[in-house]
Amino acid sequence: MTPPAETMDQERQTGEAKDAGETREMNMIEAINSALDNMLERDDDVILLGEDIGYFGGVFRCTAGLQEKYGKTRVFDTPISECGIIGVAVGMGAYGLRPVPEIQFADYIYPGLDQLISEAARLRYRSAAEFTAPMTVRSPFGGGIFGGQTHSQSPESIFTHVSGLKTVIPSTPYDAKGLLISCIEDNDPVIFFEPKRIYNGPFDGYYDKPAKSWKGFDEAQVPEGHYRIPLGKARTVREGDAMTILAYGTMVHVVESVTRSKGVNAEILDLRTLVPLDIEAIEESVRKTGRCMIVHEATRTSGFGSELSALVQERCFYHLEAPIERVTGFDTPYPHSLEWAYFPGPVRIGEAIDKLLQD
Amino acid sequence: MADGSDDKGSNRPKLALHVPEPRYRPGDTVDFSHIPISEPGAQPRPDEAAEAQETFPLCNDLIRVLGEDNAAHGPWDPRLDAETLRGMLREMALVRAFDNRMYRAQRQGKTSFYMKCTGEEATSVCATHALAGDDMIFPSYRQQGCLIARGYELTEMINQIYSNKADKLKGRQLPIMYCSKRLSFFSISGNLATQLPQATGFAMASASKGDSRIAATWVGEGSTAEGDFHSALTFATVYNAPVIFNVINNQWAISSFSGFAGAERATFAARAIGYGMAGLRVDGNDPLAVFAAERWAADRARANAGPTLIEHFTYRAEGHSTSDDPSAYRSAEERTEWPLGDPIMRLKNHLIQLGEWSEEQQEAMDKELDEHVRASMKQAEKNGILGHGLHHPFHTMFEDVFEELPWHLEEQAEQAIRERKIKFPEGRPE
Ligand SMILES: Cc1ncc(C[n+]2csc(CCOP(=O)(O)OP(=O)(O)O)c2C)c(N)n1
Ligand SMILES: [Mg+2]
Repeated sequence: MTPPAETMDQERQTGEAKDAGETREMNMIEAINSALDNMLERDDDVILLGEDIGYFGGVFRCTAGLQEKYGKTRVFDTPISECGIIGVAVGMGAYGLRPVPEIQFADYIYPGLDQLISEAARLRYRSAAEFTAPMTVRSPFGGGIFGGQTHSQSPESIFTHVSGLKTVIPSTPYDAKGLLISCIEDNDPVIFFEPKRIYNGPFDGYYDKPAKSWKGFDEAQVPEGHYRIPLGKARTVREGDAMTILAYGTMVHVVESVTRSKGVNAEILDLRTLVPLDIEAIEESVRKTGRCMIVHEATRTSGFGSELSALVQERCFYHLEAPIERVTGFDTPYPHSLEWAYFPGPVRIGEAIDKLLQD
Repeated sequence: MADGSDDKGSNRPKLALHVPEPRYRPGDTVDFSHIPISEPGAQPRPDEAAEAQETFPLCNDLIRVLGEDNAAHGPWDPRLDAETLRGMLREMALVRAFDNRMYRAQRQGKTSFYMKCTGEEATSVCATHALAGDDMIFPSYRQQGCLIARGYELTEMINQIYSNKADKLKGRQLPIMYCSKRLSFFSISGNLATQLPQATGFAMASASKGDSRIAATWVGEGSTAEGDFHSALTFATVYNAPVIFNVINNQWAISSFSGFAGAERATFAARAIGYGMAGLRVDGNDPLAVFAAERWAADRARANAGPTLIEHFTYRAEGHSTSDDPSAYRSAEERTEWPLGDPIMRLKNHLIQLGEWSEEQQEAMDKELDEHVRASMKQAEKNGILGHGLHHPFHTMFEDVFEELPWHLEEQAEQAIRERKIKFPEGRPE
């Protein structure tokens, strides 16, 4: 699953990782914690708020130790009110702070939607930039942890549909840290979805095999210091010429493992930022390979794959040698016992690969 | 339910759904004698730093200062000098003159929409006077009085109402949805009650920085039914945030009377009790009482003694907006029968009673203010009226969605400009 060494090197050159201090092996939780730690240290205006994130350090431990280090007025627990959490973050942004609210699970972001969609996302526009909402809403998302329908959803396309919001999804500890820092420093509101299935280790889609940790993976070598990964730039996970696969979050790893086991020379792009999208990287790759597959865990209809498919069709039609394939979750709620029947795993992806190569 | 309907032998009483109904409908004779009106000066005034509980009796009372005798009474008399009183009178009168002219401008087709605050001027003008100039205001849409009290230029307001080429908000917002960072007046949202948690967040931020600025927010009584109201009051009490919640109970929310927000069961001020927040209920048409309540709450917030909910009991004398015809759902007599009078008249009469003002001065002032509004309109109209071409350049439509224009918006902007060239090959003024 480790990308070619050149790719990693390239990464680190384009980011600022050179001067980011000692490198340490971190899982995605620790990498996120490290990003928050760096930003709290560098910028007094950064504050963290959310349910159980203070003393306890968050239900996934992403904020562990930060309240103790930075004090209760910078890292604090909130009432169980997502409307309130996002709403006060808008007001804090208006004051001049840079709040980083955590929504405990993406499934619970809905009570805060009006404050996100009508307020945070529109404030710059409606005030002609007098007021802005420079917040980064962090939230664990996605399934594969037996969370049932209320701890598994992937609602990213709700947010990509909203003008004025950026949506970012990392797939490795190294990216998680660099992207989160860029999000916090960004002056627009950003939704930062953390694929919780890969918090502790990459996932190849074979749920019945023992879970892997991030130990030993290059992508888990994370600098202790501050570095950025620019928003709007995809990562080439693997170069290839048989087809282009567009994925993000957990699915990057699943796709990588399936293509490897099938021996398909696919080019895999980890989109990393859905809005703004790295359209150049997508176009360049699809023009080269002539085939395109899109993979996401979210439900199919009006999922972000629909947008990607439309864009590829509009921009690369004459380079396409086969219809675009979409591999997604089903249009049902995320079931509990049949979680793996829902999940777009190796069988669904494998079938789509075969079809795409056949056409 | 199927098994319930078979249950013939049950002697359980039949349930009945209560749907609130206002007392008076079009054509009805109005009698407001059921509304308890307290004695001016009779309400106790707790210390600003008192425990919230001490204010709870005031949540079911009505703080009043100005009596029938036009004199100020009791501990809530803010003892303002005549100069300040004349200033507030002038601003309230300016708001009314402005409202009248802008209403007509809408009827003349110069813009799409307007909202008056007739009868409610004290709740914004006098409350703003009680705040410091840099305290942050999170308004709803009927607080033009806050802007006028802070000296906002009328031409700026009219440019916004006309969405013309000088509109600071670039024609993006519905008329009257002002914004002025310079005057610490937050951008108005069309989504009701969203400003409440935002004001709380601003106040929390100010407190966390050890600043001295507080936040004050306004909301209609109908909008208190939104979840944001509950979130905001919860956060405000949890963090003891320096914020003031002004609930403007003008009895109506478009065509729905206050009963649909719960007024049949409790006052809006009494909402504070459940949160353990200080609450005051004030005669919203009494400029002195409004000022005194707001100043009390501001001093309380500034002393780190916590947030306050103030219910301003008032009456929406006109329609909801230019799109509304209140004669379709309420009795026209309500306005004339309203027992708390008109805030401008009451302050005028008080100043006359003090020997600091006269009917002649009032008349001259009204004339002068109307002239000022008309001159400002003329000035603003040079920059265009809605739909007459003098708007911001097309490209601005795509700006400020994000700090930087991403590729997809750049492409869409090119398309918009291309469409314009096809539509107007000869070109049109931007
Ligand atoms: C979330 C939301 N729901 C509905 C509306 C439509 N709406 C606009 S004003 C209004 C009535 C509000 O009444 P109230 O809060 O009492 O304020 P008032 O108009 O009396 O000042 C309604 C229902 C809206 N703007 N936003
Ligand atoms: Mg109302």
